[in-house]
Amino acid sequence: MTRNMTLILILVSLLPLILLAGLMGYHFETSYREKVLEHLQELLEKHQQNINSFLDEKLSYIKVLADSYTYDQLTNEAFLENKLAILQHAYSGVFVDLGVLNSAGIQISYAGNLKLLKADYSNAQWFQEAIKKDYYLSDVFSGLRRTPHFIVSVKKRSGDKEWLLRATIDFEAFNSLVEQIRIGDTGSALIVNSKGEFQTHPRIEPSPNLADLLRVAPWVWTSTRGESVEPAQSRTPVEMISYASNAVSGMVKSRNRNTIFIFMPLKSGEWTLVYQQDEDDAFSQINRARSLALAIFFPGCLGIVLVVLFLSRNMVRRIEKSDLEREMMNEQVIEAGKLASIGELAAGIAHEINNPVAIMVEEAGWMEDLLDEEEFKDSGNIDEFRRSLKQIGIQGVRCREITHKLLSFARKTDPVHREIQVNDTIGEILGICSQRSKFNNIRIQTELDADLPLVSASPTELQQVFMNLINNAIDAMGSGGGLLEVRSRVDGDMVVVDIADTGHGISNTAMSRIFEPFFTTKPVGKGTGLGLSICYGIIKKLGGTLTVDSSVGLGTTFHVHIPTHPQTG
Amino acid sequence: MGTDILIVDDEVELAETLAERLRLRGFSVSAAFNGEQALQIMEETSVGVMLLDLKMPGIDGMEILRRVRKTHPDIEVIILSGHGSEQDETYSRSLGAFEYLRKPADIGDVVDAVKRAGELGQGAKGR
Repeated sequence: MTRNMTLILILVSLLPLILLAGLMGYHFETSYREKVLEHLQELLEKHQQNINSFLDEKLSYIKVLADSYTYDQLTNEAFLENKLAILQHAYSGVFVDLGVLNSAGIQISYAGNLKLLKADYSNAQWFQEAIKKDYYLSDVFSGLRRTPHFIVSVKKRSGDKEWLLRATIDFEAFNSLVEQIRIGDTGSALIVNSKGEFQTHPRIEPSPNLADLLRVAPWVWTSTRGESVEPAQSRTPVEMISYASNAVSGMVKSRNRNTIFIFMPLKSGEWTLVYQQDEDDAFSQINRARSLALAIFFPGCLGIVLVVLFLSRNMVRRIEKSDLEREMMNEQVIEAGKLASIGELAAGIAHEINNPVAIMVEEAGWMEDLLDEEEFKDSGNIDEFRRSLKQIGIQGVRCREITHKLLSFARKTDPVHREIQVNDTIGEILGICSQRSKFNNIRIQTELDADLPLVSASPTELQQVFMNLINNAIDAMGSGGGLLEVRSRVDGDMVVVDIADTGHGISNTAMSRIFEPFFTTKPVGKGTGLGLSICYGIIKKLGGTLTVDSSVGLGTTFHVHIPTHPQTG
Repeated sequence: MGTDILIVDDEVELAETLAERLRLRGFSVSAAFNGEQALQIMEETSVGVMLLDLKMPGIDGMEILRRVRKTHPDIEVIILSGHGSEQDETYSRSLGAFEYLRKPADIGDVVDAVKRAGELGQGAKGR
């Protein structure tokens, strides 16, 4: 019973909590992750625009130069030097040098620090790409000068010959644009071309399979294969991926860490802006919130379980106790019913016995009368006859007294209050108990105040109280004998009855529970543990008190205080 | 001399012995062994004091007491009952019984009660 109740209670209290926590946690986490990713994308978009505009800007200067001046002007080295100086002045460190190349790839004019006049670029990859296009932005490479850089070039045609105006853009100036992007501890950005070659210095070690991962981006796919189909499947397991109009974001597991990545196209998809950050870092706040929630959740669950265990055990114990009490009550009712029928039986017997006893006494009396006649006067045993007959009369009266007491006690209980002389009640009960006390060698000593005022109480209830207390006193003294003292006195507006025995006394532990129902020190089956608690209840109801003094080994005294009847008090 | 006493008791032995003992003490006594007989004797002879048992077959003691107090208010009734309950005592006294004695009763008490009842009866007659 306890286990079922406990299980149901735990289930009912924990299930909604777990469901709620789980659902809320799941929704909160999902939307928070989305928000974080969105935020990162927005941030990155700004940088993407910055970088794109940086590149566009540089290209447009060269375009302006090529459009504004003639081939002859630009092949004049002094003029070119002058233009480079102007550009370098406006954008310090961005433009490294300027040069004009003919269609064969020979640099026919040059302005800059390096001695690159007449340099042959015909085999350089950038030149082969650049000569086919009106504008060109190269990937980053080291080239002839052995430092990373990239080239912006514009193709022009004057007459029948084609020529290129090209400028070298310093890598560091460009790199700093990307290096600025730092979020959290691990969030950083880098630029790669479609083959996965770095176009900037990666600040942190990038994902090892970045080149493979790049294949998920549609612009990379298009620029390497030259056709638009479904984005390729990356061979690296991607935990989650989402495509936006201008970005791909997702999460990848590498080196036992989850890394979120965002790809964005640069330079019309030739380059890719890559942002990556450890998941733990990006979602550090939600992780902290989850730890906190769990730290509250688990002790909470534990608390609920403990409380449920405690409460259900308590409740079951209480139910068991009340079951027991009800059982005891039933027994009490049965007991009372038994007593009532015994009472009726006793009353019947008393009446039936009194008649034959009355006849015997009457006959003995008649014999006494006859002894007075003349003829018996001389008999030697006349005195013995008289004594014997008198004794029959005395014993007859004794029978009458016994049956009378039996009848008065067996009377049906009635809780109607009457004015009662407590001394009379004590006398009645002592009469009934006298035989039992004589049996146990107990002397009874009474000290009753003859001027005791009346009290208002139910006679049967009061009888029950004294019967119980006196019986307990006799029990306490056992068969070894002792002295039972019953005193009645007046104390203020109270009638006080002291019932003192010289029994074994009450121990301290028992003393604190002595008026508790079902508390008994008697062997199983000998006492219900109800006697004193009923007495206590009766006296309490009358507005009186029932108290006890006891010392172990010396004896016990009960004090019954009953308020005197208002009219007689 | 003395008062005419009527003993009413279904215990024949008791009624007769008690009657004999009261006669010995100078009373004129008759006995009835049930309610009907008692009512009949009351009609035929003059009765001063009635000694009445309560529990009897047929018309019981309480009923006789009630009728006597109605039809012969000058007859004093002394209850002599084996059932010693206080309720009975209070009830019979409220019906007008002169005295209530419990069986077995000492002959001295009976004589005393009869004498007191007789004096009261005589006093009433004398008036």
